[in-house]
Amino acid sequence: MATDIKNLVTWPDDGVSRIPIQIYTDPDIYTEEQQRIFRGPIWSFVGMADEIAKPGDYQTTYIGDTPVIVLRDLEGDVQVIVNRCAHRGNLVCIAKEGHTEELTCVYHNWRYDLQGNLKSVAFGKGVGKQGGMPDDFKREDNGMQRLKCEVYAGLVFATFSEEVAPLTEWLGAEMVENIDRVVGRGMVLLGTYSQYMPNNWKLYMENVRDSYHASILHMFQATFRINRLSMKGGIKLSDGGWHHISYSIAETDKEESEYDSKKLRAVKDGYTLADPSLVKGWREFDCGTTLAIQSTYPNFVVQQISNSLALRLCLPKGPEECELLWWVFGTPEDTEEQREIRIKQSNMIGPGGVISMEDGVVGGWIQRGTKRDQDKSTIVQMGGRDIAPSAEGRATEVSIRGFWQGYRDCMGV
Amino acid sequence: MDGSISVSGDARQLITDLIIDYAHAIDDDRLESWADFFTDDCSYRIINRENHDKGRVVGIMDCSSKGMLQDRILALREANVFEPHTYRHIVSGTRIVGQDGDVFSVETSFLVVRIMQEGDMAIFCTGKYIDEVAVTGGTARFRSRLVVCDSNRIDTLIVIPI
Ligand code: FES
Ligand SMILES: [Fe+2]
Repeated sequence: MATDIKNLVTWPDDGVSRIPIQIYTDPDIYTEEQQRIFRGPIWSFVGMADEIAKPGDYQTTYIGDTPVIVLRDLEGDVQVIVNRCAHRGNLVCIAKEGHTEELTCVYHNWRYDLQGNLKSVAFGKGVGKQGGMPDDFKREDNGMQRLKCEVYAGLVFATFSEEVAPLTEWLGAEMVENIDRVVGRGMVLLGTYSQYMPNNWKLYMENVRDSYHASILHMFQATFRINRLSMKGGIKLSDGGWHHISYSIAETDKEESEYDSKKLRAVKDGYTLADPSLVKGWREFDCGTTLAIQSTYPNFVVQQISNSLALRLCLPKGPEECELLWWVFGTPEDTEEQREIRIKQSNMIGPGGVISMEDGVVGGWIQRGTKRDQDKSTIVQMGGRDIAPSAEGRATEVSIRGFWQGYRDCMGV
Repeated sequence: MDGSISVSGDARQLITDLIIDYAHAIDDDRLESWADFFTDDCSYRIINRENHDKGRVVGIMDCSSKGMLQDRILALREANVFEPHTYRHIVSGTRIVGQDGDVFSVETSFLVVRIMQEGDMAIFCTGKYIDEVAVTGGTARFRSRLVVCDSNRIDTLIVIPI
């Protein structure tokens, strides 16, 4: 903890509008991030409460690169516990998910309850009065590390921090409102998968917040002349810029009903979809929102792209790799037809998404492009140098600057 | 019992030829012929084993019509941006496990090696094809092809079908 971060990296003078390339590869910076961000004043998404529905159900995941257990204890409360035995540090839960009445470490059979309290130590009193733990060893001081956690709208968040504000306060009203809108009706999990990328985790999170590239890098809609409705949209940023939503809203109710016939109109020279049902949707939200990409600091995403709903979590896997976990879901009220539409629209997203597959690849290209230029910086000045909310979504990089504001706040750089 | 059923030599030959020809077409970059391996009414889905075992439906690709198959390839050629690469499919252990009229239930193991343009070569995906093959008038076509990947992870992206 004593590392002076300023000795590790010199931030360029331009606030959050120039990013030093070194921080995408430096192993020392990576280690500091684990401490100052992932164990710092943030709430980390760790899973869906529905997936651990019954007392004793558990899943294992990560906060940053620290392994954690997410479980429902015998009283029915959700707990998040660092997956490290107090004895010699062995992983206590090995399986990705399961059901158990207690946490038992296989190595020397130390047993903990589902709140992480140490219940018994094998041979603790010795064998035949020989050996055993010292008399002053106190079980109550040697439990597993339990984290603070909160469940909101079925999403489980946890934190290492004693200081961080309660979850909804930390998110802010505008961010909470969008979470309510997208997941508040309940979630029915339709599928999960993982996308492993050859780049630093921050490059992916910048891409999520990069509304500038959307109509440029991703050519699917343009190629097939899929007309978008006249939309209004923009960027919402939480106080301080840490969290963001980039959104589009169909201008009027009327347009939505004409949506299907109009938007599929093929223009001369363009390609047409043989099966345009791929881009057929329904007006799911009264507010008319057709797209909302939300990220909560630092690495969690709530996605609504038309009727395709998903959560994404970007886990750092060393300085130059990351893993993106996806949860694709619908709601309990979905009709069979709506479910089919969601399944069809899942073709747009993920590692094989016709609209978004490129998001998996640019990070790796930046990682390679910058390899030997650690002393240089990248430019994030589209739409200014500040972190003010914006009514324009395409010609601005303000959300990315918000990410870097959160980064500088946490890292002290 | 879960195992192979007895099938006439002709049908078996047509089915194994279809599976082998399909793999060669993809590896040879003859992707425009991909949809021709399917019946007019068809489906193609790539899903990981965990989702499949849990009865979840959303996977990595989901084409529920021949048109969607064609659109995938057109998007790959004209719209999507990715680093050029090819596959080498190794398919083996085809077994026919069921028959309903002209439609056979078939399972085949696969291993796909991905070769990037700079030469990096790595195992990209392993798994099992679970197929329904329609055999009529001396030709075999996939009525449905379910690609069940052993791992949950996809490295970077998947654009060429498996
Ligand atoms: S490491 Fe867990 S009991 Fe020894
Ligand atoms: Fe993108």
